Amino acid sequence: MTFSFATNLAGALLPNPVLTASGCAGSGKELVQFFSLRELGAVVTKSIMVKARNGRPTPRMAETPSGMLNSIGLQGPGVDAFLENDIPWLASQGARTIVSIAGESVEDYAILARKMRNLSGVVALEVNISCPNVENRGMVFSCQPDTARAAIEAVRRNIGGELPIIAKLSPDVTDIVAIAKAVSDAGADGVALINTLLGMVIDTNTMHPKLAQKTGGLSGPAIRPVAIRAVYQVHAALPQLPILGMGGITNGRDAFEFILAGASAVSVGTANFGNPSAVIKVKTELEAILIEKGFASLQEAIGFAHRELP
Amino acid sequence: MINPRAKQITAEVMSNKKVGAYHHMVFAVGEQAAQARPGNFVAIAVGGEGSSMILRRAFAIYRSTERGVGGGLIELVVAPHGQGSRWLTALGAGESVDMVVPLGTAFGIPTEPVRALLVGGGYGSAPLFGLAELLKQRGSRVDMVLGASTAVKIYAPLDGKRSVSTLTLTTDDGSTGIKGQITDVLPALIEENEIEIIYSCGPMGMLAAITKVSEHYQILHQCAVEESMACGIGVCMTCVVPVRGDGGVVKMLRSCIDGPVMDGSQVIWDKRSASDEGKSGQ
Repeated sequence: MTFSFATNLAGALLPNPVLTASGCAGSGKELVQFFSLRELGAVVTKSIMVKARNGRPTPRMAETPSGMLNSIGLQGPGVDAFLENDIPWLASQGARTIVSIAGESVEDYAILARKMRNLSGVVALEVNISCPNVENRGMVFSCQPDTARAAIEAVRRNIGGELPIIAKLSPDVTDIVAIAKAVSDAGADGVALINTLLGMVIDTNTMHPKLAQKTGGLSGPAIRPVAIRAVYQVHAALPQLPILGMGGITNGRDAFEFILAGASAVSVGTANFGNPSAVIKVKTELEAILIEKGFASLQEAIGFAHRELP
Repeated sequence: MINPRAKQITAEVMSNKKVGAYHHMVFAVGEQAAQARPGNFVAIAVGGEGSSMILRRAFAIYRSTERGVGGGLIELVVAPHGQGSRWLTALGAGESVDMVVPLGTAFGIPTEPVRALLVGGGYGSAPLFGLAELLKQRGSRVDMVLGASTAVKIYAPLDGKRSVSTLTLTTDDGSTGIKGQITDVLPALIEENEIEIIYSCGPMGMLAAITKVSEHYQILHQCAVEESMACGIGVCMTCVVPVRGDGGVVKMLRSCIDGPVMDGSQVIWDKRSASDEGKSGQ
């Protein structure tokens, strides 16, 4: 019997469950130097906004124990240039693409969703709602159920067609299950867990914060237990809601941990910075582990950690 | 675009010698040695499997040698000032590292012979010796000035000086060469040697100061910039440098892909003014 590595991520059918994480692989143009994008379950692109942005000043990065802080400020070309250049290029590479969108207002999400209709090679939309809402004192959309819901509703109303919507949530909340339930009710087909955690490093030589913007998002293996907990809690409360799991995955074992917690697919992010071929390593090792554990398919392993011990 | 010759390889340490404040390290990189150009850099994973240091460390290539099939070598000058570089400089001959090589842009070499001044701060001198050799081969005259805080931090190996007509040293403490900053000696060197182009590598403050001098004399200035990198391959967007693009549009270029070698006159050295936050006055 052959092992089935395919997954159904909120309606997106993928040949394997290993994806890049948004903001950690650009639009894939650099990674093709190291492997073919066809080998991935999908490429999740860097969050795109309505207009071009230069982002924040440097230093934008600080390494931390088993992790890093980043404060890029969503530097990017804006959605129109992205649709003109990046999407056709990804399609030409045979990549399955999940476009990540980010807005500063509910209207931004609506505008972006309208532009995502009928794009070649695009299999799903990831909605990054861990952004400050300029219309609400800079409060992050994903930090409260009502604002999270508003952003996802705007996408749902404007996307049209069958493109699956995956809401990416911030772990910096008291009750992530409540946020997951809110976005699910608003029409999200799945959730991506987790975005970075807000952190800070102070340089003890200069005696000031190391990042120009003072705070940044913490990622890497340091946050993996937080991510596993979030995936486990959401899967336990909402077992029918598909989860794209991420947070510090560097190898097949880490990815397997997310699958056991309830993820239908995983994204590899910060590991790409330390190892350009990390996604391929994760994919190869995860498949070997699943087979070694005796699973006939990836599907059988999803959420396995929730089962009663025999 | 990422350097199209870049590959991820396992490189064996051939030798590791302490030179002043630095380590001179030689790696066997096979055919990738022939792909490297002066100005290119490598990105090395540090700490071994499961290390808590998750990001690669970038080092300018000091020299590359094609020594027969499969025998190519790359030499680096490493300052052991952080946990990662201390791990690297503790490696002995026979041990291996995971290396992506070569990365980034190279110094542009004029088609006609020129009168070039090479300026290096601290171990920023490393990529300049290979450049000097290449310029000399093309019939150019090369003058060099190296500066550091103190004598032990100047990297100027004897065999590296072959291609250089004059070498001027400066130190902040006067422990060797001229006491003072590199930029103090530039005007006289430019005028005496009728310099047409400056190539530089070192801390950003030094590169900004050299740009002012090059603009005063209206000569070209190619500099290898230094901004902290997480990946070295163009995906993390942390190492950006603001650059004047067409029509005055500011572009945040990645120093790992669009650099490290950039046109000094195009770089906006007051980097905060170029960001979204700087523009909105926050």
